[in-house]
Amino acid sequence: MTTANPTFTGNAEQLAPSDRESRAMAEFAQHFGAMAALNLESCIHCGMCADACHFYIATEDPKYTPILKAEPFKQAYRRESGAFAPFFKLFGLKKKVTLDQLQEWQELLFDSCTQCGRCSLICPMGIEVAELIEVGRRGMFEAGLAPKELADRARRQAETGAPEEPATPYRDLVNELARKHGVEMPLDKDRAEIMVCAPRNDLEKHPEAVVAMARILNALDADWTFRADALIAENYGYYAGSRGLQRKITSRIVDQAKAIGAELVLVPECGHAYTALRWQAAELLGEELPFRVRHVTEYLAEQLAEGNLELSTVGGEPTTFHDPCQLVRKGGVTDAPRMLMEAMGVNLRELENKKGFTFCCGGGGGVNDLEAARPLRYRAQEIKLREVDQTGASRFLTTCSDCRIAFDDAAEHFNWDKRPESLIEMVAANIKE
Amino acid sequence: MSLLEFSRGPMLHAALIIFVFGVLWRLVATILLSRRKRQSEPRNPVGKSAVGGAIAVGSRSWPHPEFIGRTAFGEAVGYGYHLGLFAIVLLGAPHVVFWKNLFGISATWWPTLPGGIVSILSIATIFLMLIATIRRMRHPVLRRISNFDDWFTLVILYALMLTGVMAVFGIGGRYEIILAAHIISFNALLIWFPFSKLMHAFYIFPSRFFNGYLHSRKGAAS
Repeated sequence: MTTANPTFTGNAEQLAPSDRESRAMAEFAQHFGAMAALNLESCIHCGMCADACHFYIATEDPKYTPILKAEPFKQAYRRESGAFAPFFKLFGLKKKVTLDQLQEWQELLFDSCTQCGRCSLICPMGIEVAELIEVGRRGMFEAGLAPKELADRARRQAETGAPEEPATPYRDLVNELARKHGVEMPLDKDRAEIMVCAPRNDLEKHPEAVVAMARILNALDADWTFRADALIAENYGYYAGSRGLQRKITSRIVDQAKAIGAELVLVPECGHAYTALRWQAAELLGEELPFRVRHVTEYLAEQLAEGNLELSTVGGEPTTFHDPCQLVRKGGVTDAPRMLMEAMGVNLRELENKKGFTFCCGGGGGVNDLEAARPLRYRAQEIKLREVDQTGASRFLTTCSDCRIAFDDAAEHFNWDKRPESLIEMVAANIKE
Repeated sequence: MSLLEFSRGPMLHAALIIFVFGVLWRLVATILLSRRKRQSEPRNPVGKSAVGGAIAVGSRSWPHPEFIGRTAFGEAVGYGYHLGLFAIVLLGAPHVVFWKNLFGISATWWPTLPGGIVSILSIATIFLMLIATIRRMRHPVLRRISNFDDWFTLVILYALMLTGVMAVFGIGGRYEIILAAHIISFNALLIWFPFSKLMHAFYIFPSRFFNGYLHSRKGAAS
């Protein structure tokens, strides 16, 4: 329910409480559309959404019930925009959303929600619960209540292109990776058919995944480039709940792609980047994009189907696969990774909850970056680790760098014997030249 | 004018007016809110997405296998008393007569259930409602998210069901008074309907359809 209207991107913490409340209300009002109303009006308080949420399942604490997380937005809607809003307002039946209330909801909207959207699939009324929670985050940002870790990174990324000051400037890092691995990694070509982004997580922690993508594109003889000004795939504006910053960050990529005449923007192994660019960019900018947006696995599955990509088979080692929520449940990229695995003869042992019903890695929605959320995240992650173990697989693949970071951290915490591997790295290692 | 005449005369008519205009207003107030054209490139065309929405209208009635282990009991109880209510209201002989009189139509083909079956169904429905109520009171999630709307709706439903059973079994006083209480409960339900969660009877279809449509547009599960 986003619109193209400008929003506040400064630091609301410095404002008076009444101004912060007003900003949250103004943001909520931007989302009082027919779909949000339908979602809010339809709830029958059955509580089933709790049974889809890994935070509730892990803790059995009712405060983690997904629809409860949407309460500030729901309250604002009932008071300001619902069918009987004047009646509720006149008799004081729906109170104004206060700063104190929003503060109380901060943990529920950020620490204990990975925006995974599993709650939206269980609702017998078909309500898109996750979208209501997303609106809640947006109101929180405008009230200056987005966690600092996310808000600061979002502001920095909107201004500079990088959420944090990198140890090595990304331009140098890309060139260094190209040299080190002997792979051509075009940077800032004036014209290219394909513009490619890279996850910050991969650049800093799993650079082999970035190299793998370059290797594959080169093997396909693709006309591609990175653009230093739009290199980072993640969108911290989305995590922080800021429409204004999300739009600025999105615009960087869109403007660069337009400038080089790209026909395709390739989203790397990053789930939220896919949601932000594939589904939300055009909505935020209020216009159709003049290029296609595809996840790298979608692009490679297309190449495979067209006969441009041939892969050799891997050994029969039992392997399982984690479907990243943003790609699969919220993005529809379900078949592409499986086509690639099938082409490589991967001995796939599917998880009990797979495809659209996958459990989240636990670190999505910016939760990976929230130190205070760490203990709760570990509890939710145990569900997933158990599921992976139950498959009996010794290898564990995924296609999202955020998920990899979450699993890496959980593996270290629980002394787990598995580490998630990149599907793209596997593809790169098995290209038939 | 006796209480019974009042309940099925002016009060019923007033309740019906509130019901019809209230429901219409609530639906219109939702429809009139802004809608925006989706700008992102769809994975599926409009037709296929609409089919996805239509499928979701039906498929959401049954939980996905991934969830059924956690939700089966709640859903069975919920569906159980909903089906009981529908059967009693639509197939109980006195109710069928009531609808025929109210709408002035004669549908001789409309089936009715034998009185004994309706009585058993009524008691079973009240029993399931009791389980649902106890669950709402004791289940931590339901207790946490329940509000006045949930409780008051249940109060009206209990009044309706109990007075109906009392009228059938001839208990609790003079038949006319109990019947009047039953019809007044029904009127209360009609009046409360547009202001309450009972509206889900209307919202369920567009909610499932449009969200299913949007999921299908992205090629995602619904």
